[in-house]
Amino acid sequence: MSRIGLFITCVNDALYPQTPKAVVAVLERLGYDVDFPQAQTCCGQMHANSGYRKDAAKLAKSFERTFAGYDAIVTPSGSCAAMTRDQYPDLTGTDIGDRVYELSEFLLDHAGVEDVGASFPHTVTYHPTCHGTRALGLGDKPLRLLRAVDRIELVDLPEADQCCGFGGTFALKNSEVSSAMLDDKCRHAADTGAEYLAAADNSCLTHIGGGIGRVGGPRPIHYAEILASTT
Amino acid sequence: MTTAFPPGRSLRSPKFAESAKVALGMPQLRSNLAHATGTIRGKRATVVGELDDWESLRDAAAAIKADVQHRMPELAVAFERKATEAGATVHWARDGAEANRIAARITREAGADEVVKVKSMATQEIELNEHFEAEGLKAWETDLAELIVQLAEDRPSHILVPAIHYNRTEIRDIFKGRMSDAPTGLTDEPAALAEAARLHLRRRFLSAKVAVSGANFAVAETGSLVVVESEGNGRMCLTMPRTLISVVGVEKLLPRFEDLEVFMQLLPRSSTGERMNPYTSIWTGATGGDGPEDVHIILLDNGRTDVLADEVGRQALSCIRCSACLNVCPVYERTGGHAYGHVYPGPIGAILAPQLEPGRHDDLPYASSLCGACYEVCPVKINIPEVLVHLRQQGPHHVGEKAAMGAAEAVMARPRLWRAALGAARFFSLPWRKRGSVRRLPWPASKWTVSRDMPVPPKETFRDWWKERER
Repeated sequence: MSRIGLFITCVNDALYPQTPKAVVAVLERLGYDVDFPQAQTCCGQMHANSGYRKDAAKLAKSFERTFAGYDAIVTPSGSCAAMTRDQYPDLTGTDIGDRVYELSEFLLDHAGVEDVGASFPHTVTYHPTCHGTRALGLGDKPLRLLRAVDRIELVDLPEADQCCGFGGTFALKNSEVSSAMLDDKCRHAADTGAEYLAAADNSCLTHIGGGIGRVGGPRPIHYAEILASTT
Repeated sequence: MTTAFPPGRSLRSPKFAESAKVALGMPQLRSNLAHATGTIRGKRATVVGELDDWESLRDAAAAIKADVQHRMPELAVAFERKATEAGATVHWARDGAEANRIAARITREAGADEVVKVKSMATQEIELNEHFEAEGLKAWETDLAELIVQLAEDRPSHILVPAIHYNRTEIRDIFKGRMSDAPTGLTDEPAALAEAARLHLRRRFLSAKVAVSGANFAVAETGSLVVVESEGNGRMCLTMPRTLISVVGVEKLLPRFEDLEVFMQLLPRSSTGERMNPYTSIWTGATGGDGPEDVHIILLDNGRTDVLADEVGRQALSCIRCSACLNVCPVYERTGGHAYGHVYPGPIGAILAPQLEPGRHDDLPYASSLCGACYEVCPVKINIPEVLVHLRQQGPHHVGEKAAMGAAEAVMARPRLWRAALGAARFFSLPWRKRGSVRRLPWPASKWTVSRDMPVPPKETFRDWWKERER
């Protein structure tokens, strides 16, 4: 029996308990036993991408220690999964990233399930987050899972593949450019008329949701929460 | 002349964030850029989609370029031998100043005080035009967009489309105000503008004794140079004047002639979004009675061999100057090229400029959200996000930021401290919990709340929920 560890990410730890709860609900519904190692904190992506290699390496080591005993590590974040897979080998020489799955990878590639038995009677538009789509190569995996949800109505997001402008500390260091990118993303999201904007990363959704809070538009939601819904 | 834009900023200029802010305040610039990059993006995607073996071509190109980087001294010497055998004179230039001196000397020795130029990034990089001006020589740009920029006394803002920041009405105004022989009643129809430039340039082509070019490729096996272009102005420069001076960065070397097969499929599709470009000129030394008789090639280092020493950073030297990364970059699309303060703007500039001129462009690796669109389209598979992160890790780092990052790491590396920090955040955000978000925060978080709300930590964390559940 393989051991599955849940890595909730620091952003969800601090701000969005509903997302990891949803991951637990979906995995348990499919018959998996999930464990949550309490010692987890952050994958170190902010430090690595901001140029603080030594700090990032320490956090990578801590991640490695925390999750060493697990056969599969599931996380609801494309960018954190990409961090462990792309940057850990160079930072600490570990290949633990090979066992880290973004939720949609776990469901489609590992569990072989496309229809997770969810129902969500709302209009939803989907934003493919950059690191998930490009760095991790998720392609349309989260979208495939959403298409299989009962009663959902998916609406295309115009210029969906354009970055929302978050980029971690980019949003602070180049705040004006980031805000200009966000303006366009919020406008496109509002144009869809959807009730919800779904994505595979709550950090991007914090950014987009922060903009939508000012100008109006669909409610941001992690796609795991849609997969957990059975309304 | 009435144009909405100030001249491009000089090379010693304010930091990217400040220049970007200025550019963002120009609605006409943003609309010109969004329209132009959007059009090229679409064309590129169509013609790239036609090739089943696109990914294999990218792999092949990346492998050839990596090989060149491993064997650069050997290939450069082989190129010199072959080109010399074919009648060319090869010069070696350590930096831009040396290359400019050599080019100016050759021009004088040819009895000329002016040259016609093929569009060339290498000569922009070394500021050849400015150097010629200072020496009392004149270098005339003959590429339409370079001509526009030169007439406007501006700087290029894009590698392939240097005048991308102008729309056609602005170009008409530049021609009317700055081109002595502009036809009266010139309209802003593209055909009329092109015809005006054509007549203006024809006189220069016919009288020029010396031409200056760059090269897209330099083939070590044969000593040949290759120029890929669209307008035919390059062909005129490369064949009519008696003397030809080509300034070629050493990274332009290719081992074999057959390597061109790969790059000639990748380059036009990635740059102009065409299956094939209209004019490709390949020449090997001098051929009596056909084209230039006095052929000079200046092999330029200008920081390139130093970049070679960095195992991660050196992939930037694989760049074939196609501009695909600029056209897909959400940052470039909103700021334009001038904000980067370097002749190579956009994602490739953000990794090339700081390496070619160490210590001078430390802010550019941060001019990216790391979205990765550049890497996805790069025809030679330069992992631009990887190099950006690598350069950020080289520093320098701001003292305050370094302290904050160190503190964050100290907390995050200790689960108990991390849990305490989360608890503190929940406690201090209590007053905002009912509202669900914060609208205004003090500096530096104000950089966030300037355009975005900040969510408030929840009443119950996942950890609490999990503990409760396990009980």
